Amino acid sequence: MKPGSRLKSSACDTEVVVIRCGSGTIQCGGAAMSEGGGDAVELNPDFAGGSVMGKRYVDAAGTTELLCVKPGKGSLALDGTVLVLKEAKPLPASD
Amino acid sequence: MNIALLLEMAADAATDRIALVCDGKRWTYGELLAAARGAYELIVDSGASHVALLDESSEASVIALFGAALAGVPYCPLNYRLADADLAGLLGRIAPALIVGDAARVARLTPDQGHVVYPRAEFTLAAQEAVASDGADYDAGEGVAIQLFTSGTTAAPKAAILRHSNLVSYILGTVEFASAEESDAALVSVPPYHIAGIAALISSIYAQRRIVLLPAFAPDAWLKLVDAERATNAFVVPTMLSRIIHALDKGIYADISSLRSIAYGGGKMPLELIQRALDLFPDTGFTNAYGLTETSSTVALLGPEEHRAAHGASDPKVRARLASVGKPLPTIELEIRGESGEVLPHGQPGEIYVRGDQVSGEYREKSALDADGWFPTRDAGYLDEDGYLFLSGRADDVIVRGGENISPGEIEDVLLTHPAIADVAAVAIPSAEWGEAVGLAAVLRGGCDQPGDEELKELIRARLRSSRVPERILFVPSLPYNEMGKLLRREVKLILAE
Repeated sequence: MKPGSRLKSSACDTEVVVIRCGSGTIQCGGAAMSEGGGDAVELNPDFAGGSVMGKRYVDAAGTTELLCVKPGKGSLALDGTVLVLKEAKPLPASD
Repeated sequence: MNIALLLEMAADAATDRIALVCDGKRWTYGELLAAARGAYELIVDSGASHVALLDESSEASVIALFGAALAGVPYCPLNYRLADADLAGLLGRIAPALIVGDAARVARLTPDQGHVVYPRAEFTLAAQEAVASDGADYDAGEGVAIQLFTSGTTAAPKAAILRHSNLVSYILGTVEFASAEESDAALVSVPPYHIAGIAALISSIYAQRRIVLLPAFAPDAWLKLVDAERATNAFVVPTMLSRIIHALDKGIYADISSLRSIAYGGGKMPLELIQRALDLFPDTGFTNAYGLTETSSTVALLGPEEHRAAHGASDPKVRARLASVGKPLPTIELEIRGESGEVLPHGQPGEIYVRGDQVSGEYREKSALDADGWFPTRDAGYLDEDGYLFLSGRADDVIVRGGENISPGEIEDVLLTHPAIADVAAVAIPSAEWGEAVGLAAVLRGGCDQPGDEELKELIRARLRSSRVPERILFVPSLPYNEMGKLLRREVKLILAE
């Protein structure tokens, strides 16, 4: 797993691109994400907040950042801790 | 991550929404993506090392950009206005290329370099008709996305390269996905070989803001297109804005009430012009963007509220900010450094350095980044006490008179306050006594009497100091600019040397 890797959820439709990553397992819907997606598993209700297309998700330490490129029902997480939306200050269009 | 994924996301989210309007034809995100995937097939089959564009903007430039990205081949839009000898030189540096555009010119200039050439319409049609191969092996986007030859106002063109990672970082850091309303439209009239033209395409696609292309800028056509397409956003270079205002002054009618935002950059904006524009378009938000090819476009900007605040301010410090390029983006770092590389405090002029993921600072031959990843822009400037960035020209343009560094900008700004001076350039001229001295090429304002040399020298002496006083003053009909409105100081030096 490295920046640029595209990961699929095995619990929902979510797909992400890794912008930045450290150690730890990237999960969605309660199950590990992988490039192949893996065998389908049930969505864990504790990780069912959903992912939003085009949003970036980060961990508190700022070591991992994911870009959601396909939305789904699962929540993105790192080692069991749900990732939070990265809020960016909106900038005026400059080009 | 491949920049083509940004188009894929837009097409996934809104396949049938209009992405692009050019010459009256409308393209959806789905159609553009399908054509880009078709272009991938053409590019892979050609075995080309680069994909070049030798043409004005059109749907083909968008299809070629993303097709090249999918194929992992650098996209290299060329300046079709270059003289034959210069263009032939650049074509030789990217051979063998798949070239979209002026087939006759390529055949004439470089008949034996193995280029594969498609005229625009043939390329678009072939890309639309190409059958996407099963399991197409699209590039992961770890390499070079774009290669741009810099405009070479001071030296021969350098091949600046932008990696997918630079451009993706710029877009993700500055644009919110799908943030545009379906009625939003961005009028793009900068040439396709300029970084602002490329950034405009990618930014608008990611924001899902409809792109309206104006391949050849003319003020009346620009105004009519704003009206017809209800354009909400536009990017212009200062000369374009000047010509648009001139056309309105002449009484050309167009309903441009849809225009919420005008961004500008690419050259120095005359203070008088932006003040006029702010008065003329009281409901439009103006954004000044400062950036370079090597930084994936914008690194600092002065936003709409800051424009209005400066324009209406009585505090001279706030008022002066209308001539600044605003504050650095939150996603980059910016420093002003002195000649020995030391970081200078606010208020002191030096060379602008930038660092960040969007900053490539890389050329085909070598990287210009220092050991810590900082890019020396070769632009001179300073930060005021509140962090607003002011530019004072290219570091290479500094006039060194007897060991004293003189910025041409300070002399030009003073002379432009003279009512008879319409335009002026200060450049270094050889001096037996000082090594270099100040030479001036000035353009007289229509209807004014030419001021005497002594009068102008006295103006400089009174407002600046004696070392800034020009040794030679020449009145010329006009100053040489490139098509982006950049003053060609090299040529001014030649004029003064005659």
